[in-house]
Amino acid sequence: MIDFTDSRRRQPAHPTDADDSSLEEARLRQQAIGVKLRHMFDEVVNEPVPDAFLDILRRADARTSGKDKA
Amino acid sequence: MSPASGRSTAPKPASADDEGFKRELVQLIPHLRAFARTLTGDPTAADDLAQDAMMKAWDARASYQMGTNMKAWTFMILRNQFYSEKRRSWRSTQLDQEAAERTLVAVDDPEAPVALDELRQALNTLPEEQREALILVGAGGFAYEEAAEICQCAVGTVKSRVSRARKALQATLERGGYGRDGRAAGDAMRSILADADRLSGARQG
Repeated sequence: MIDFTDSRRRQPAHPTDADDSSLEEARLRQQAIGVKLRHMFDEVVNEPVPDAFLDILRRADARTSGKDKA
Repeated sequence: MSPASGRSTAPKPASADDEGFKRELVQLIPHLRAFARTLTGDPTAADDLAQDAMMKAWDARASYQMGTNMKAWTFMILRNQFYSEKRRSWRSTQLDQEAAERTLVAVDDPEAPVALDELRQALNTLPEEQREALILVGAGGFAYEEAAEICQCAVGTVKSRVSRARKALQATLERGGYGRDGRAAGDAMRSILADADRLSGARQG
């Protein structure tokens, strides 16, 4: 790490309390966004699968075994 | 020209491998639909894309190694399909952008959960590569390494995209940089915090 701090310190200490709470706040917000993001995705995952999907696989199956194109 | 017929290699006869492959593929359909929805932003286009990807995966099953990560493999197929379709026609790209812009200004379903709407809209403001990286890692449950495979880029690239996406998303939500019923900035983040609280409470309880 590069040390940018001057040896002549003007402030005796950082306002650590404020830093900690804003870090904690940011962490909470990211966590909340993460929960919502997963929820949004899972909502679609939990939808019933439309029949069209399984029909396609069924047709693919027929193509493989019977080679009929009906 | 037609994708399925007229190939020089005859399709394999149905086998136990095919059955196993199909079972796994069926289980992945809900996830493919969800990923497609985040890429296209439109349920109908998403299902078309997911169905195309499913067909491609089925046709390419001989090149898949059973026991490896089929979810990542099918996601990669779906993603490639999405971008090759977009490249094929600049017009559809234009339409996508117009659709995205419309979504940004118009929220017309009053029943839709507020926080989810706002998250969706904020997601739409992200660059595509950031959005997909965040979705894969943050919602799809993929490790950075797997997401890198799906996006065919370096792991470090995925990490930085996810990190930038998270920051940008939070900033957008806090700024409330899009209008919704003229509500004050910061409401989006507040409703997301409240909703996430409720969701995780429900999960634990």
